[in-house]
Amino acid sequence: MATPAIEILSLTKDYPLGHWRPGKRRSLDNLSLEVQDGEVFGFLGPNGAGKTTTLKLLMSLIYPTSGTARIRGRSILDVRMHREIGYLPEQPYFYDYLTANELLDYFAQFFGYSAAERRERVARFLEEVGMTQAANVQLRKFSKGMLQRVGIAQAILHDPQVVFLDEPMSGLDPIGRREVRDIILGLKRSGRTVFFSTHVLSDAEMLCDRVGVLVAGKLQGVGAPSEIMSLEVKGMEILADLPAGRELPAPLAAHATAAGQRYRLQVPEADLYAAFDQLRAAGAKILSVTPLRPTLEDYFMRLVENQKAASHAIEVSVR
Amino acid sequence: MIGNIRIVAVNTFREAVRDRVLYNLIFFALLMIGAAIIVGQISIGIERLVIINLGLTAISLFGLGMAIFIGVGLVFKEMDRRTLYTVLAKPIRRWEFLVGKFGGLLLTLAVNTFLMTLGLAAALWYVDRKLSPADANVLTAIYFILLEFALVTALALFFSCFSSPMLSTVFTIGIFITGTFSRDIRDFGALTRSPAMIAFTRAVYYLLPNFHNFNAIAAAGHGDAIPASLVAANSLYAVLYVAVVLLAASAVFAGRNLK
Amino acid sequence: MSRPGQARRIALVIVAMPILFGGIVGLQKRIDAQTRSVAQEKEELLLTSGPALKKLSLGYNALLADIYWTRAVQYYGGSIGDANAKFQLLWPLLDLTTTLDPHLIVAYRFGSIFLSEPQPIGAGQTDRAIELVKRGIRENPGEWQLGSDLGFLYFWHLHDYTNAANAYFEASKNPQAPEWVRVMAARMADRGDALETSRMVWTQIYQTTSNKEIRSQAIQHLEGLKALDDERHLDALVAQFQKAYGRPPESLDELKEKGILPGVPLDPSGLPYVLGKDGKAELNPRSPISTELVPSDAIQPPAEKSPK
Repeated sequence: MATPAIEILSLTKDYPLGHWRPGKRRSLDNLSLEVQDGEVFGFLGPNGAGKTTTLKLLMSLIYPTSGTARIRGRSILDVRMHREIGYLPEQPYFYDYLTANELLDYFAQFFGYSAAERRERVARFLEEVGMTQAANVQLRKFSKGMLQRVGIAQAILHDPQVVFLDEPMSGLDPIGRREVRDIILGLKRSGRTVFFSTHVLSDAEMLCDRVGVLVAGKLQGVGAPSEIMSLEVKGMEILADLPAGRELPAPLAAHATAAGQRYRLQVPEADLYAAFDQLRAAGAKILSVTPLRPTLEDYFMRLVENQKAASHAIEVSVR
Repeated sequence: MIGNIRIVAVNTFREAVRDRVLYNLIFFALLMIGAAIIVGQISIGIERLVIINLGLTAISLFGLGMAIFIGVGLVFKEMDRRTLYTVLAKPIRRWEFLVGKFGGLLLTLAVNTFLMTLGLAAALWYVDRKLSPADANVLTAIYFILLEFALVTALALFFSCFSSPMLSTVFTIGIFITGTFSRDIRDFGALTRSPAMIAFTRAVYYLLPNFHNFNAIAAAGHGDAIPASLVAANSLYAVLYVAVVLLAASAVFAGRNLK
Repeated sequence: MSRPGQARRIALVIVAMPILFGGIVGLQKRIDAQTRSVAQEKEELLLTSGPALKKLSLGYNALLADIYWTRAVQYYGGSIGDANAKFQLLWPLLDLTTTLDPHLIVAYRFGSIFLSEPQPIGAGQTDRAIELVKRGIRENPGEWQLGSDLGFLYFWHLHDYTNAANAYFEASKNPQAPEWVRVMAARMADRGDALETSRMVWTQIYQTTSNKEIRSQAIQHLEGLKALDDERHLDALVAQFQKAYGRPPESLDELKEKGILPGVPLDPSGLPYVLGKDGKAELNPRSPISTELVPSDAIQPPAEKSPK
């Protein structure tokens, strides 16, 4: 097999409990993972699971308690490896006295481009993230979403082979999220590897070739999104407005909450159409119907069961 | 290597300028103008001496203030505000970043000092109507002051790697004062009869940076020549000591887990 | 951090630091040598105005006074033994010290001795010494020792018996002053045996200070005075021999042979006195004792007795 783009081998990170207290808090427990060239890999997990810790370890911003990792065959401690990677931290902070142009130009300098090349690249990538009008505005005036876009630009302007994004969608409005999704897909099309972390399942579902699920520092499972998320929906949620004076029929009302005349009810999938009839009879106007998905923990438990069945080739071991 | 250092240095310089530190030059200019005018009126025969003493002392104090107050935040601010994350993800080693920060602040101080020197020269010309060859000693004294800045900057930067700006300021000022009076400390020790005290104060004298080495203000004021061998020895001393401090700072910074 | 990387970094630091510090120490010594020679040529001081310095010291004048006092002692100690020493900076240093801290008694006492001693032992500035001690008395009226120092200065260097007597007398008014101060006042007024008075003065100086330099100076003077006293006695015995035998003795041994002396007396350094070419007793040429520092007026009996 060709060298994987990312190899993580038993990476562990402990933090001391406090300056004076003995004992440690294990924020990452023996993570082992491989990502192949050209894959888009989603790193899923609830807040505090250790996703950001993993990324910081890979960037050598913090050092592992034990274990190693390699990116494109080079150790993470080899600074030359940084030529080939891009990184967007969670909630990026930049030098706010610089303009977007100046910041990107500053970063571009580390890759040895000529002044002309830098100008061209900076302009191109600002365009790509939609920040061209704000190019000469000082970063201190940028909104969170704008900073996020600049952050993505600085992560990719040197055409890195592997791109690491920590919560790339956070702080973005729906338009922005779609733009980021498009950027990631564009990277994939040009053969790059993308490793991004998120706690929003729908993003992972749409973009990733594979996902890994991290909970409380431990990797719970790895596989294609369809494996992880091909689960029945638990039920359906209906949002409906009832005319004044009307009430919900009793069986429906048991699983409903109301705000004035607006009701939110949950029904099993099988009973969906029966519920529609009852609502129509009550004169309700149906506003939306949403499938209710299981939580992340449900997913991983299911995944573990699937793995016990050992019916798929899985590239990772789970503790 | 040098490339990376230069990139960070230029950016650090740019940050300092945009932070408007160069505004201190306004106060310096006012001071020099005021002094030149007052001294010109009094005409007591030592105008040159007063302008040089005042000017050099002001250059030294303003610069030290800048070196300390900017220096203690150089690394701390970046770690605290996490602006460091994206920088260190680039192909740059941690020590290159550190030396770049040092270089940037030193460059800022050098530019600041250069502009002040012009102001001093102007004031001197105003009271004296000529520039004598002895004025070259003033330049040597200013060079020594720059060496002093380099040492203080390195120290402030070192503390910046692991302690808050307030503590770092205290430590740096503390070392500066101790290093200024280290001769007297050693002599105090010699006055006691205790061999332990004598050995201790001698060790303090040799290990701490001796800032009094760089004080040539009085000599410049009196127009005394400063021997070239002293210039060479002081330069080398500053280079070695800065190397020691930056080495220590690199070791500390390289091992740090960023928050 | 990777193990080999970290180990390499630590090794680099451990190896590089001592080498760098070695260079630093070596350079510091060279710098010290340079600045000492520069200073000797010019003897620079940072500031020469006491009151200005006091204001600048922002209230920490006591500490600054200590620093300047230390510098004064080092300055003195650094040039002692140098035949060309002039101690020009001693007065400014002591002036600064006592302006910053007027209650630093030891500075006044040190100055009274070493400002007044002739070069190359001291600065040879008796007027400054007197100015300093008078300031000390003004600022510290309870310190009778300063009064006796003033009396010493008038007596020993200026041969001004009247002012000396007044100084000792004023000092003796202090209830803490011992009896000898009043005795000294009387002796001064009396213009009694100068040699004996001188001996008393230096003995008291020796006994009332713990400062190493002052004591050493006192001992030198006392030994010189003792030598002069011995010489005087020996001269008297030589005259006795002359009377008895009609000729001067060949050497002091003759005095011993003739039973006038039980043995040849030794000077305070342990060497025997000899008879000089002029027939007068004098110190052994190898003796380290010097009588030259003793002002001649300190040993001659006064020309006349002044009325009390």
